Amino acid sequence: MFKSMYNWIDERLDITPMWRDVADHEVPEHVNPAHHFSAFVYCFGGLTFFITVIQILSGMFLTMYYTPDIINAYASVDYLSHKVAFGVIVRGMHHWGASLVIVMMFLHTLRVFFTGSYKAPREMNWVVGMMIFGVMLGLGFTGYLLPWDNKAYFATQVGIKIAASVPFIGDYIKTLLQGGEVVGAVTLTRFFAIHVFFLPAVLLALLAGHFFMIRKQGISGPL
Amino acid sequence: MSDHNKQAGQHGEKPVKREMSRRQFLSYTLGGAGGFMAAGIIIPMLRFAIDPVLEPKAKADWIKVVEEAQIGTEPKAFQFKMHQVDGWYESDVELTAWIAKDSKGQVFALNPTCKHLGCTVSFDAPSHEYHCPCHGAKYTADGKNLVVAPLPLDEYSVKVEQGFVYVGQLHPNSRVK
Repeated sequence: MFKSMYNWIDERLDITPMWRDVADHEVPEHVNPAHHFSAFVYCFGGLTFFITVIQILSGMFLTMYYTPDIINAYASVDYLSHKVAFGVIVRGMHHWGASLVIVMMFLHTLRVFFTGSYKAPREMNWVVGMMIFGVMLGLGFTGYLLPWDNKAYFATQVGIKIAASVPFIGDYIKTLLQGGEVVGAVTLTRFFAIHVFFLPAVLLALLAGHFFMIRKQGISGPL
Repeated sequence: MSDHNKQAGQHGEKPVKREMSRRQFLSYTLGGAGGFMAAGIIIPMLRFAIDPVLEPKAKADWIKVVEEAQIGTEPKAFQFKMHQVDGWYESDVELTAWIAKDSKGQVFALNPTCKHLGCTVSFDAPSHEYHCPCHGAKYTADGKNLVVAPLPLDEYSVKVEQGFVYVGQLHPNSRVK
């Protein structure tokens, strides 16, 4: 049935070349763990993306119950983790995935560094990768505030203090991040907006560039 | 595999049962394992999302509304507070019941939510009918729908204890057809 549905669409829109172009590419022997087990180090980039997909999905579902408001945020997180079925699992995915995505990204960065894959002609992809690193840390920082518990509040207090130590413009950065004089109601909505709209949009754009370049330039050669 | 089949045919034996190709086997096993993993991720999220549908409906408590002595044959509106749990937000919402005694002296309570599109009806004493301000629906004092509304007004379960009227669960009108 699926085959005939696919064929019906394919006859009209010729979609086969599109996915074929995405899916069909050679995997060189030196990056295939089936040939050399040590090649598993080449998996970390893909794993980072895999966890990113889980983060996006679990985050979308969490916003069904979460509310970014200083009176209700903690209560809504408490409700979704303890009253809603599978809530603790969905929140757990997002919580642990947040740490794991940074671990995987760091391992991916180490692999790229030690295989020298950042060298010409792939310097731009390294730079985009560093930008992704920054966006991921930003997602981690803004997401940490959202449960609005003591840990979240004081971690943000500390994080903003660090940002405020930047010479000359530190105070402006602080006000911009806080959205006011204190870490409070405005900070929470601001961090929520940054966490669910702005940074994910930037992340998807950067990922598209990252993937486009790796397909265009191919995987770097063996050591 | 095709060679194998041909050989079997040449020797006049039974044709060998068509085996699965390596490619097919791999795509089934990898697809199955991948589908299993994807399901492990997606199913908790879907169950999480549809939880409100699967939650059992809360049964209403009996709420003391008014002394029985105040109830007459003409319906009057009485307010009462119901404790409502809405996710993480709990509140006491004020509800209204129109309470009266029927010809046998039985106390009954109607919910003033119009069965047409959910506006709030009120009792019009001169015509002895409930009127809805939105689209002109009308009901008898028993709650029977006369015009516009498709169903009679819903009714609260009522009990009278030690001179007080209590209302409970809301249900379809049992007094009229």
